[in-house]
Amino acid sequence: MSAQGKDVRPVVWESGLEIKPVYTTADVARTGGLDGVGEPGEFPFTRGIHPLMYRRQPWTMRQYSGFGTATETRERFEFLIARGQTGLNVAFDLPTQCGLDSDDPMAEGEIGRVGMAVDTLADMEEAFEGIDLDAISVSMTINGAAVPIMAMYFAMADKRGYSLERLRGTAQNDILKEFIGRGTWIFPVEHSMRLVGDTIEFCAKHAPRYSPVSVCGYHIRESGATPAQEMAYGLAIAQAYFDHVLSRGLDVDAFAGGLSFNFDIHGNLWEQVAKFRAGRRLWAKIVKERYGAKNPRSMQLRMIAGGGGGGLTIEQPENNIARGAYYALASALSGTQTMALCCYDEAYTIPSEHAAELALRTMQILMLEIGACDTVDPLAGSWFVESTTNEMEAKILAILGEVEASGGIVRAVAEGRVQAAVNRQAYEHERRVARGEIPKVGVNVLRDEGAEEHPVELHPYREDKARAQIERLGKVRRERDDRQVRALLERVRHAAGAGENVMPPVIDAVRAYASVGEVCGALKDVFGSYHEPIRF
Amino acid sequence: MSKTRVLIAKPGLDGHDVGAKLVCRALMEAGMEVVYTGLRQSPEAIARAAAQEAVDVVGLSILSGAHVPLARKVKEALRAQKVDDVLLVVGGNIPRCDHEQLRALGVDAVFPTGTDFDAIVGFIQERRSA
Repeated sequence: MSAQGKDVRPVVWESGLEIKPVYTTADVARTGGLDGVGEPGEFPFTRGIHPLMYRRQPWTMRQYSGFGTATETRERFEFLIARGQTGLNVAFDLPTQCGLDSDDPMAEGEIGRVGMAVDTLADMEEAFEGIDLDAISVSMTINGAAVPIMAMYFAMADKRGYSLERLRGTAQNDILKEFIGRGTWIFPVEHSMRLVGDTIEFCAKHAPRYSPVSVCGYHIRESGATPAQEMAYGLAIAQAYFDHVLSRGLDVDAFAGGLSFNFDIHGNLWEQVAKFRAGRRLWAKIVKERYGAKNPRSMQLRMIAGGGGGGLTIEQPENNIARGAYYALASALSGTQTMALCCYDEAYTIPSEHAAELALRTMQILMLEIGACDTVDPLAGSWFVESTTNEMEAKILAILGEVEASGGIVRAVAEGRVQAAVNRQAYEHERRVARGEIPKVGVNVLRDEGAEEHPVELHPYREDKARAQIERLGKVRRERDDRQVRALLERVRHAAGAGENVMPPVIDAVRAYASVGEVCGALKDVFGSYHEPIRF
Repeated sequence: MSKTRVLIAKPGLDGHDVGAKLVCRALMEAGMEVVYTGLRQSPEAIARAAAQEAVDVVGLSILSGAHVPLARKVKEALRAQKVDDVLLVVGGNIPRCDHEQLRALGVDAVFPTGTDFDAIVGFIQERRSA
């Protein structure tokens, strides 16, 4: 055992696993053996949720995109589709995400800045005009304002003749993580949970192929969580939604398959692989054993994995292209269903066309040139990978136990305890980077001291487009039947207050061109607004 | 000299608060008294808080790209509250080509993402003792 001697530096992953220089079959036995590995496409899905994985169908490529008006966003969609992108992921601007119209005073300077501005159904119609919703699945990154935005998507699809019964797509709609990181909450925690419940119930009954929630470990990781915490908090949040929906009397198999996940990839390659293999296995066991699901699809952890914004650096931005390629590899080795990569200029700005195309090409090169799709779960059976998968599962389970013992994730989030814990960790991490204990190329090692200005093209803010968006909203308001809109918004208030599912009345209201701000305003009349607990 | 009092604020709609909270912690560790506003504050609310809390420094954290209009409005609101003698600093995703414009608006220092905490602490201490 000379290789285990004192002369090698210790390696400890962010999640706390101590890594040995050499793994043997004894380590596999010590950590729990190979019993939990199983076959691909079979419970507990450690090796992937499909029997043939990428041999049958490679991952979907779904870059996060959108900026300015619906027209500009559609042009970017068309640009990406023409270059082989197979899914869309819509970015909305901050006013839309916070449930405010473009003419709200708080929206000034933010209209169309970090995503597409959507005020009414007219914008949704414009964004997808000419795009075949059967041929490409659309994912929408919308959380606080998910109810009116999903309603607009459904209304738009319905008007174009797509049946809700068959409509595919995903809404992010994971509000609990917005309280931990990202911050586009609107309503208090319990009412926010209820709205997520309404969307899940509505989809289970009327849009069974639509994924109403994509539970995000991603943003929790970006806020400073370790990979093990990212998975644990994600699974805890998913269980909170399960518990809520089950309390409405729905059968677990009626909705479980509709939930998907969104995870982050940056940092140690092997730690990501262990995180996903362990997380898939654990989730399958939870859904089967704790919730008594019968349908294997309910037990499958379907995911988009990629990123990883937190790994990118402002320094030497082209290095981010190389980082993106490694993250894509980690994502493929982890058996993701969908992949997205942050663009190399994203630490600064809305991605340029050139940067967006490079990210897409990075995934395509991985898919087509280097054999990433040749065989299922190629790392299976490695003593190292199976041992660390076992250890990671134990780690995630321990964190889940702590969350439960402290009163559950909803309470921990409402009291700001998860936020404070994650923030403390982010601080420690920053300090370790500053001290050089965690190497970052171009930042604390291999710096380019002479470099003055970064060679990145900045996306300009278009004041004229922002004004045009406000004028467009005014025109819609003038042309719609205002009395009808007021009556329909009253029905939204009534449903919210009476505990009825708000989705049907909201769909009716947005169909009559009620705006995002008006729908959220009606809901705020009943629910009030969230007040952030400030806790360090 | 009395303890330095700092208001860290998130103006506008940007929800990225990791950096703001990290800076709060670093300033507290350096012995300063820190008030954090939380997300989505209007420029007027920030200026009112600065006046009420009698702070010496106002730090804005902005990662959405809207730093120029937001800094301008906060500066105006501070003037309206007659507290524009505070140090005004801005941090976040601020490209170098905008630093000059921010300083012209009356921002005393810009600390883009990746700035060492010690540099922020050092700047505040130096200006306070000057």
